[in-house]
Amino acid sequence: MNLAWRDIRYKFGRFVLTCLGLSLLLAVVITMAAMNRGQIEDATALVRAIGADLWIVEADTVGPFAESSRIPGDTREMIARMHGVAEAGSITLQNVQLDRAGRKVRLQVVGYEPGRPGGPVQIAVGREIMRSHYEMIADRQTGLKVGETVRLGRNDYTVVGETRGVVTLSGDSIVYVTLRDAQRLQFELTPPAARRETARGAQREQTNLVNAVVARITPDVPSEEVAEVIRRWKHLSVLTDQQQQDFLTVNVIERARRQLGIFMAILTVVSVVIIALIIYTLTMDKIREIATLKLIGAPNRTIVGLILQQALLMGLASYFAGTAMVYAFKAWFPRRLVMLPEDIAALFGVVVVVCLLASVLGVRAALRVDPGRALTG
Amino acid sequence: MTESTDRLPLVETKGLSKHFGEGESRVDALRDITMTVSQGEVVGLLGPSGSGKSTLLNAIGAIIEPNEGWMRLDGEVVYDNRWMRRDLRRLRLEKIGFIFQTHNLLPFLDATDNVAVVYYLAGIPRAEGLKRAEEMLEYLQVGHRKHAMPSQLSGGEAQRVAIARALANRPRIILADEPTAALDSVRAGIVMDLLRKLAAEQKAAIIAVTHDEKIFDRFDRIFKLRDGLLVDIEERARPKNQNASGT
Repeated sequence: MNLAWRDIRYKFGRFVLTCLGLSLLLAVVITMAAMNRGQIEDATALVRAIGADLWIVEADTVGPFAESSRIPGDTREMIARMHGVAEAGSITLQNVQLDRAGRKVRLQVVGYEPGRPGGPVQIAVGREIMRSHYEMIADRQTGLKVGETVRLGRNDYTVVGETRGVVTLSGDSIVYVTLRDAQRLQFELTPPAARRETARGAQREQTNLVNAVVARITPDVPSEEVAEVIRRWKHLSVLTDQQQQDFLTVNVIERARRQLGIFMAILTVVSVVIIALIIYTLTMDKIREIATLKLIGAPNRTIVGLILQQALLMGLASYFAGTAMVYAFKAWFPRRLVMLPEDIAALFGVVVVVCLLASVLGVRAALRVDPGRALTG
Repeated sequence: MTESTDRLPLVETKGLSKHFGEGESRVDALRDITMTVSQGEVVGLLGPSGSGKSTLLNAIGAIIEPNEGWMRLDGEVVYDNRWMRRDLRRLRLEKIGFIFQTHNLLPFLDATDNVAVVYYLAGIPRAEGLKRAEEMLEYLQVGHRKHAMPSQLSGGEAQRVAIARALANRPRIILADEPTAALDSVRAGIVMDLLRKLAAEQKAAIIAVTHDEKIFDRFDRIFKLRDGLLVDIEERARPKNQNASGT
């Protein structure tokens, strides 16, 4: 005879409502964990999408994401000729803001050389950039459709392809254009501005600059060996793919992650307190029944089992409902939510521990109940 | 013990005392209570509020520990001058049945399970427990309400189910705290007649706290308490072959 389940069944509506409230709280905790993972995914999405072995950037910098980096456009040729380098490509990065149907859309424009590293690895819809100018590949998150025309700077670009899940570390969508277009977008002055610069006698600014060169290394040569040669003889900074990802996850989004972590810890404590209060209230509500059970000879393990089983049932039902809620609504969240199986399993463990901890108050109250209380009117 | 088996004393106390608090705030709830209740006997505890009736019932029910004296239940010493038997829970489960003023049925169990819970706690298999519970309900003439929840039972039906639960493990001692307080006089009489019948059939002793004058004639004896003292024992209509004594 399972007394815990019988009691729950007897007050099922109340149990469901309690679980609903608790599941919303746990859904927030789960969302925080998923946001944390999503933030890491977002931060490294572009780096992973490019899939380079080495990132060659301006000397003494850890660019192009953590710090700004500008290197000459012909650096790529120099790197590509080195022993051990299979292929290399130049990239530029630039943030722009579009006004689309009255809505501001923030984008990061990646300039790359089609056919070389730096561009999108996988195109979900449409095709690669085939023309040297005014074509664009946009991520699905931008809302731009294949065939649509977008004005960037002084020119109109046609969306020819669509990627999935490639965003910046701040969650902005990424679009790809050719390196030439990106350089013009970034460095070329409008005619009035150019005339103004000429009038004040300024030198014409160098526009053949890139933010980084990405290289893929042949399998027979260690990446670190190539990196060391570039550092020593080419006077440039080199980051391996892993270093670049580490910089992004450890340094760049560290503060945001810590903040999320603190929120999660606070919410977990709040959950413990709320579950403890609920369990305590549920226990106090049936203090007379507990006294009766003790009076007719129920051992302490029956009473403790009654409370623990109810706490666990409530916690687990709320956990599953909360997880289902986050799964159901994660597409509507403005930031990417990533729920990894190991995180879900860890949270399951946390919920079980939280429920057990939260039961302590209720169990303590129940064990203190005097059986004689059943006799008092 | 020289008495025959059908006159076996089930509750024996000698000099039983209980006080609450110490010093100025000390309250003597029971003072030097010496009494014996034998099998088949139905006795009442009567007295004004604060006279010690409930404390005595709690002491006999092994719910509270006395401070002095001696107590034996069904031949086993439970308390002997500051020594208290340890496994009181099992003692209550096996030897004592409780009937409450309000029926105190578990609201989340139906009538059958309210009785079967005693078998469950005693470790009897579920199917066997349910069978015995249904038989007990039939015996108490509430078998037709076996699937009803406590909230669906009338006062009399609920009290019968509570009695069925109290008797489920065939206890030797049944303690009742105002068992008829929530019933009208007709039903109160029926319940007391039923308790008398059960005491005789199961050779159990029944001790009931009551204020209900309508049922005084159903007791073999009435113990009167005042200020924690047993001041009088009133002999009532005692059935034959039953022994009772008290001082």
